[in-house]
Amino acid sequence: MVDRIADPWGERTPYGPGQEWPVRVDRYLADGRTDTDVDRWVQSASVLHSNGDALDIGVADGRIVGVRGRAVDRINRGRVDPKDLYGWQANHSPDRLTRPLVRDGDRLVESDWDTAMGRIVARSKELLDGPGGWGHFGFYTTGQLFLEEYYALGVIGKAGLGTPHMDGNTRLCTATAAAAMKASFGTDGQPGSYTDVDHCDAIALWGHNVAETQTVLWMRMLDRRRGPNPPAMLAVDPRATPVAREADLHLAVRNGTNVALMNGLLREIIRRGWYDRDYVDAHTLGFDELCRIVDGYPPQRVADICDVPAADVERAAELLGTSQRLLSTVLQGFYQSNQATAAACAVNNLHLVRGMIGRPGAGIYQMNGQPTAQNTRETGADGDLPGLRNWANTAHIEELARLWNVDVDTIPHWAPPTHAMQIFRYAEQGSIKLLWISATNPAVSLPELHRIRQILRGPELFVVVQDLFLTETAELADVVLPAATWGEKTGTFTSVDRTVHISDKAVDPPGEARPDLDIFLDYARRMDFRDRDGQPLIKWSGPEEVFEAWKECSRGRPCDYTGITYEKLRGGSGIQWPCTDEHPDGTERLYTDGHFPTDPDYCETYGQDLVTGAEFTEAEYRAKEPDGRAFLHSVDYQPSPEVPDEEHPLLLTTGRTVYQFHTRTKTGRAPQLNQAAPDVWVELNPADAARLGIVEGDLVGVSSARGAIQARARLCGIRPGVVFLPFHYGYFDQDPADRTPRAANELTITAWDPVSKQPLFKVAAVAVAKLAAGRGVPSPAPTVGGSAPPADADVPPTVGGPATSGKE
Amino acid sequence: MHLAHYLGLLHRAQVNLADAFRQVADAHAEEPDIEHLCQQQARRCDAYAEQLHPFVARYSEDAPDEPDRLHSQLFTGTRTGGIGLLRDLQDLYLMAAECDITWTVVGQAAYGVRDEELLAVVRRCEGETAIQLKWLRTRMKAAAPQALVVAD
Repeated sequence: MVDRIADPWGERTPYGPGQEWPVRVDRYLADGRTDTDVDRWVQSASVLHSNGDALDIGVADGRIVGVRGRAVDRINRGRVDPKDLYGWQANHSPDRLTRPLVRDGDRLVESDWDTAMGRIVARSKELLDGPGGWGHFGFYTTGQLFLEEYYALGVIGKAGLGTPHMDGNTRLCTATAAAAMKASFGTDGQPGSYTDVDHCDAIALWGHNVAETQTVLWMRMLDRRRGPNPPAMLAVDPRATPVAREADLHLAVRNGTNVALMNGLLREIIRRGWYDRDYVDAHTLGFDELCRIVDGYPPQRVADICDVPAADVERAAELLGTSQRLLSTVLQGFYQSNQATAAACAVNNLHLVRGMIGRPGAGIYQMNGQPTAQNTRETGADGDLPGLRNWANTAHIEELARLWNVDVDTIPHWAPPTHAMQIFRYAEQGSIKLLWISATNPAVSLPELHRIRQILRGPELFVVVQDLFLTETAELADVVLPAATWGEKTGTFTSVDRTVHISDKAVDPPGEARPDLDIFLDYARRMDFRDRDGQPLIKWSGPEEVFEAWKECSRGRPCDYTGITYEKLRGGSGIQWPCTDEHPDGTERLYTDGHFPTDPDYCETYGQDLVTGAEFTEAEYRAKEPDGRAFLHSVDYQPSPEVPDEEHPLLLTTGRTVYQFHTRTKTGRAPQLNQAAPDVWVELNPADAARLGIVEGDLVGVSSARGAIQARARLCGIRPGVVFLPFHYGYFDQDPADRTPRAANELTITAWDPVSKQPLFKVAAVAVAKLAAGRGVPSPAPTVGGSAPPADADVPPTVGGPATSGKE
Repeated sequence: MHLAHYLGLLHRAQVNLADAFRQVADAHAEEPDIEHLCQQQARRCDAYAEQLHPFVARYSEDAPDEPDRLHSQLFTGTRTGGIGLLRDLQDLYLMAAECDITWTVVGQAAYGVRDEELLAVVRRCEGETAIQLKWLRTRMKAAAPQALVVAD
C-alpha cells in the first residue's frame, strides 16, 4: 500500500519500447470501505488536471465514497492522480453553495432561482435594447465544464446575444498551444498520442513540469525510463523539478529566453545535418527564412542570453538531433512566458525539420492546463469559433449560420473573439456592463489582482458568478448561481491527445444546485432567443441532445465527433477524434502522411505575424500556396516587457504543486491534499537567500511594481536570480476581516503574448526581503516536487498518513 | 541629385514615427498591448532611422537646396479614452503609411543610382514597415466596434 501523498506517482511498472503499458489500478475509498461496500461504479474521468485519466466513481447510499482507475482506458490504464484519489471529497464540503445568492447592498443574501435568474434576465434585456447592446455582455468561462455546456454557451453568445466577448480561463492555460498549432499546422489539433511515450527514444520537456501537472503521464514516462532501452530525456525549466532531476540533461534557462534557446538548438541541428531534407522539401514552407534567423544564434550567444553553458546547448542539440523517435511536450514554461507563441512554434519547427511527426514515438504534445480546455477551444467558448472554424473565412461563418438558422451577420466575425484580458479591460472602461463568470476564479488567477478586484467591485458592472463555492470572485458578484459539479451531472470532455470521455451523473447535486448546462439553457429560455424563422434558437433540454447537435457542428472539421455516441463512450476506453463513419474507432495520430490542414478553405487562420500579432489577409495567405504543407515560423529573440532592475532585481515565476489545482476551490477542501500543501511559500536559490540573509522558514516579503505578498521561504534548487510562487493560494479560507496578502498574482504583470494573448505569468521583476525569522519552523512547502529541499535540509517529509490509504 | 532630400524626409518620418509611438505608448499605458508593442515599434523605427544615416551622408554632398514644403506634420499629440485610442492609432497608421511609401520611393531611387547597399536596407525596412501597418490595422479593426458603437 503506497502513501500517494508521500509518493504521488506510486510504484513503477517498467516496460520497454513498443510494449503495452502495464495496467495498474489505483483506488481510494474513504472511511476504510472496500469494493463490497460500493453500491455501483459510475463511469467518469478526471477534472482536476488536464491528462484525461479515466476513472469510476464509487457510490454508496446515494453518496460518492471513492474512485477507482479504469484499467480498460488507453490514457491511464487504471492509474489515478492523487488529486483525483482525494479531491472528490470537496463535493461533500459543508460550504457548497446550495441556493442562489443575490446582492443586497454590501451583502449577498440567499434567494431562489426565479429571483436570481429574473435579475440577470432583466439586466440583460435592458442592456440588449438598442444598437450595440451585444457589446455590453462579456462571458468568462473555464477549462473545467463539459463539452455540452461550452457549446450551449457558445451558441447563446454568438447566435443569441451576438457578442464576440467570450473567452475562457483557457486563455491562461492553453491559448498558446492552440495558437501554435494553428500557426504551424493550419488548425488546432494535437498531432500526437499518449502512446508515443511507449515508442519514443527521446523525450524533451519544454517548460513542462509533467510530474506535478499530469502525474499519470509522468508515471508512463518513468515506467519507460525504468524499463529496457529507456528514452533519453531533456528538461528545460528554471526550477529543479522532478522532471529536471530525472532528465539526462537539464537546461535551467533564465525565464523569458525560450526563443533564443530554440533558435540555437535549431541552428545546431541544421548545421550538423540532423534534419530531414526530404521531409522539409515535401511538407514545409519557410525553411530558408528559418535558417536565416536561427543562424544568428551560435551556442555561445544562446549561453549568454539564457545563462546556460554553451556546451549544454550543444549536448541538447545532439540529444534531440540524433534521436530516431522524438517526443516533445510543452507547457506553461513556454506558454506563459515571453514570446510564447513563437517559442511553441519553434518546438513544432524542431519536429517538422526532423520529420518527427505523425508516427509512433514521433509526436508533439502542445499540452493543456485544464481537464476540458480542449473542449472550450473546439466548441468556441473561448477565442475560437465552434468546430475550429476560421472567423475570417465567410464560408465558415455561413456554415454556422445555417446550422443555427440565424443571419450570417448575427454572428460576430469582424475580428477574432475578444480575449480575456481585453474583456476585463472593456469592463474596466465601462463598455462591458454584464460579466458572467462560470467555474473560474479570476480574483485569484488573473494577473495584477488589485486591478481585477477593482473591476469586479465596480458599481456599474453587473457580475454573475456560477460556481460550487463562494470563491474570492463570487464574493464580489451581484448574483451567485450554485452549480452542480463533476459526479452530479452528465457530459463529455476531451484530453490533450483528443481522447473523448463520458462522465456520467453519479449522485444528485446538493440543495438547489443545478448543472451548468441547465443554467445556460434556462437563461436561453428566459431570454427567448429566436432563430431566423422565429423558432426558439435553442431547443435542447439535456446533454445528449446538445452532444448530438455538436456532432453536426463538428462534421467535416478536424475535431469530427460524428462517429461518437454516448453509448459508444460507455463501458470501454475513451475514443480519439476525429471519429467518423470511415474511422469509427477514432484516429490515433494526425498528419501521418505529412499532409497538413493548411488549405485556405479549410484552415483555422490566415496567419499572424508572431512579433506583433498582425493578421494576414486571405489573399496574402493564398499567395503562399500552402498546399498541405506546414509552416516553419521563426523570429528573433526579444527581451520580456519587464526585466529585473535595481529596484526589483529578481525574476518571479509562478506555477503549481502536485497537490493543488487552480485556486484550490476543490483541492483546498480535500483534507489529504490540503494538509500536504496548506499555505503559500516562496522558493529561493540558496545563494540568493544567503545574500538576503534568509534561511528556510523565514517570513519573506515579495514585491513588484503591482503589489506585495508574504510567504515563508523554501531554499531549494531553483536557478539563481529567480524566485517561484505557487499561484493556488487566495483568500477564501482566511478571515475576511484579516487577510494577509499571499496570492502570487498580486505581483504578476498585465501583459500578454501578441498572438495567443496568453498572459505572461513567468516574467515579473520582484524584490525579496526578510520580514521575520522562521525560528526553525520550515516553510509549508511540500518536500515532494519542485519545492523539494536539499537532501541535508532539516525539513520533515510530506506524508499523507493513515487517511491516504490509496491502493494500487 | 535630389535623393538626399528624400532620404532626409524618410529619416525624419521614421524619427517622428518613433516619437509618436512612444507618446501613444505613454498615453495609453492602461492598454498593456498598446504600451508594449508601441514601445517595441518605436525601437524598430529608431533602428531604421539609424540605418539611413550613412546614406544621408553619402548623398548630401551632391544635393541642391532642400525644396519647399518637403516635410509634413501628421501628429499633434495623443488623446484619451476608447475613441481617443482609435484616433491615435489612426495617426500612427498614417505616419507609418508615409514611411511605407517613402521607402518605396527611396527604393526606386536606389535602383536608379545602383546602390545595392541602400537597396538591401530598403528591402528589410519596407517589409517590416508593412507589418507595422498591418498590426495597426489589426488592432484598430478589433477596437472599432466597441469604441464606436458600444461605448457610452
